Amino acid sequence: MNRFLLPFGIFLVLAAFLWVGLGLNPREVPSPLIDKPAPAFTLPQLHEPARTLTPQDMRGKVWIFNVWASWCVACLDEHPLMVELSKRNLVPIIGLNYKDGRDDALAWLRKHGDPYTLSAQDASGAVGIDYGVYGVPETYVIDKEGVIRYKRIGPVTPQVIEQQILPLVRRLQG
Amino acid sequence: MRLALIALLLAASPWLWAREAPPAADDPVLEARAMKLAAELRCLVCQNQSLAESHADLAIDLKNQVREQLRAGRSDAEIRDYMVQRYGDFVLYSPPLKATTVLLWAGPFVLLLAGALGLVAYLRRRRLLVANPALSVEERARARTLLEGDRAE
Repeated sequence: MNRFLLPFGIFLVLAAFLWVGLGLNPREVPSPLIDKPAPAFTLPQLHEPARTLTPQDMRGKVWIFNVWASWCVACLDEHPLMVELSKRNLVPIIGLNYKDGRDDALAWLRKHGDPYTLSAQDASGAVGIDYGVYGVPETYVIDKEGVIRYKRIGPVTPQVIEQQILPLVRRLQG
Repeated sequence: MRLALIALLLAASPWLWAREAPPAADDPVLEARAMKLAAELRCLVCQNQSLAESHADLAIDLKNQVREQLRAGRSDAEIRDYMVQRYGDFVLYSPPLKATTVLLWAGPFVLLLAGALGLVAYLRRRRLLVANPALSVEERARARTLLEGDRAE
């Protein structure tokens, strides 16, 4: 009996590790940018390319930075949530249109609604690289001092908004 | 037949390369360095591939980023830092030794040591068993009758 106990114990430990591993999301890579200043950029605005947008413009405000593209299917999933959030006027949402065509992006916003206070256009994806973007949509919360406090890779869900993003925004605003 | 196949493969090969990021043909040394570096970096979109292997859009952008920075005279270490600042240690295939990665680095050696200790303990016990056979006189007698009975049948 005893001789089976040890292999069985090892099996149980292995099974437990694998079971936990099944529940982990390999795409959720901890961002090294948390608690670091938001990387600076100056980009043309999506709606008025003659004007520019930089994170400096948002100093003194808590804001949400949402990276999206018209070619991104998951962005469409989360978009109604962003539109709804913007209607509640709790926090400005700045959009970063990532590696997209301007006409495609504008048409997409016309069709699905525009939740963004302002939108910047990152046609080359260079700003996306600075923000460590690798799976659009991505969502950041940036505080009054311009420090990144939160990052979400992939679409937000109602729970993420209510339980993570909004409590953090309220705390940072307060 | 074989000739035709080879000709077909040759004809198709430029098309097979077509999705590769454009190599910096002007400087093969730099390109070799860029590819060596890209092979050490993980593509975050397709996590089981390195930047060098991946054809994901982001991987191509990052490869070009590596090339540009090499051309600007940056060192390999500076480029690795650049990637880590943005994507974290996860981007490195050989992560640095830190408090959070000690288990990763030491784990295999701990397991090896545990296995070696287990083996030594087992062998030592077995040698003792052989040296002192655990059968009493009665047990020996019984074993003998059993064995002989077997032969008689």
